[in-house]
Amino acid sequence: MDQLLNDFSPGLFFMQLIILVILIVLLRAFAWKPILAALDARESGIEDALKAAENAKLEMANLQADNERLLQEARLERETLLKEAREMKDKIISEATNEAQDKAGKMIEQAQAAIESEKKAAMAELKSHVAGLSIDIAEKVVREELSNKDKQLKLVEDMLGETTLN
Amino acid sequence: MYNLIGAGLIVIGGGIGLGQIGGKAMEGIARQPEAAGKIQTAMIIIGALLEGLAFGALILGK
Amino acid sequence: MKIAQKPIKSYLLILMALTTLFGYAKEPSQSHGEGEKVDTPEEIREYIAHHLKDSHDFHFYTHNESGTHYSFPLPVIVWTSEGLKTFMSSEFHHDDAGHVVVEKGGVKLTKIHSKIYELDQNATSVNFDEEHHPTNAHRVLDFSITKSVFGMLLAGLLLLLGFGALARGYKRGHVPKGIGRVLEPLVIYVRDEIAKPNIGEKKYRKFMGFLLTVFFFIWILNLLGLTPLGFNVTGQIAVTVCLALFTMVIYMFSGSKDFWKHTLWMPGVPVILRPILAVIELVGFIVIKPFSLLVRLFANMTAGHFVVMSLIALMITMKEAFGPVASTGMSLVLALFISVIEILVAFLQAFIFTMLSSLFIGMAVEEHDDHH
Repeated sequence: MDQLLNDFSPGLFFMQLIILVILIVLLRAFAWKPILAALDARESGIEDALKAAENAKLEMANLQADNERLLQEARLERETLLKEAREMKDKIISEATNEAQDKAGKMIEQAQAAIESEKKAAMAELKSHVAGLSIDIAEKVVREELSNKDKQLKLVEDMLGETTLN
Repeated sequence: MYNLIGAGLIVIGGGIGLGQIGGKAMEGIARQPEAAGKIQTAMIIIGALLEGLAFGALILGK
Repeated sequence: MKIAQKPIKSYLLILMALTTLFGYAKEPSQSHGEGEKVDTPEEIREYIAHHLKDSHDFHFYTHNESGTHYSFPLPVIVWTSEGLKTFMSSEFHHDDAGHVVVEKGGVKLTKIHSKIYELDQNATSVNFDEEHHPTNAHRVLDFSITKSVFGMLLAGLLLLLGFGALARGYKRGHVPKGIGRVLEPLVIYVRDEIAKPNIGEKKYRKFMGFLLTVFFFIWILNLLGLTPLGFNVTGQIAVTVCLALFTMVIYMFSGSKDFWKHTLWMPGVPVILRPILAVIELVGFIVIKPFSLLVRLFANMTAGHFVVMSLIALMITMKEAFGPVASTGMSLVLALFISVIEILVAFLQAFIFTMLSSLFIGMAVEEHDDHH
């Protein structure tokens, strides 16, 4: 202890004090402050970058979800569209069928009506023809018969009777 | 002469203490290798405190 | 990562190679004394004791036959009874025993065991008593640029250059280049491993200037002590006293209200015991903690130098027993081995000093939220 006290140099202590104070002040101003500030800036920068990356990842996930949703929607829409188209097709086909059937029915009816009227006309014609023919024949026959009076009368009576019966 | 005996006693005491610290720290590290860093720091601090004690005694006795 | 690691590795290699070189280079300058040959154990002991002390000139090597000193003088600045005197230490002509008396403006000065004494008015030469203490001279306040002061200035310059370069490097980009690559992790280490855990996330910032400066200052001075330049700055008691006082002043003046309350009037303890506890705590904070800080650093560095030099001296003391080759080889291997350990100790002591300083500061600034 004595030797230590003897070795203690107040001058050296004083010089060390001055040097240390100056050194602390200088280093603080020119080294530690800028270094620590730069380290802080870099660390916060890294943290920010990490956060940004995290955000980007999240956004990406959102985007992907959106895409998925859109795809789903599109698929659904396509489905409905297809369904509608199919229904439309069926409807059109059935309508066309119905219409065709209706038309066909009408045409058949018309045809039938036409046939009926033709038949009637033909019948009337036939009748008048037959009447004409029969009158012709009757004329001929009558001409021949009327030569004979009795026979004439008889014939007229017969004919009359026949016509009434008809 | 007595100074030297005292110094020897101090060194024996300090050696036992340091051995205890080091040994227990090794045990701790072996048991929990993941805490090695913390154990080492604590070990060095306590070792330094012990060292200060021993040196103080040596210097005062000199 | 790989790219970043490579230059660091090469730096370390260069550093290691340099320290090894210095270790070898140390041998010749250590084995020869100042002026005369150093042979006997007593002379070696004296030589080592001389080295451990501060000195007023920068001595490298003395050639034995011619007696030429390879050294350069340093300025001597002393406060004497006649005021401030300055001259170069070469005026003492390498005398360290009080033989050469320098007269400066009516003051007679001489150097005994690396200390400057002022002779009494009428004395012309120094008289010694039995214990080799001068009887007719007294010590003067010595503000000389001694070897230690020179070492501190050198360390300060290195610090300013290195960290200034690192700080400027950040202006160019986020990633440092060159020497900054080595220094930046160290700064981060001090911040994250020493300051933050001990002082706390909120308050550590204020003390970073002191902690970083002290850490690198001590470390560089410790490493300088391992070079053959022969600095022993951190082994000077005045230097460590100053460092420890700095720590003490800082933690005493930044103590929080809680700290003072817990120190002076401990809550949760019987009232009678409180003053006793206060005295114990105060003595602990003002005397014991700084004392252990300063003694630890001083003793470690002094012991380190002592062991290295003693092992180098084995070369001479063992020459009789083993022959010159074996003794030189043995001392070389052992000194190299201890020097490598000393590199570790150099870091460890800087680390411990900073660690304990921040621990004490942390104790002082801590705010207890628990009320006993």
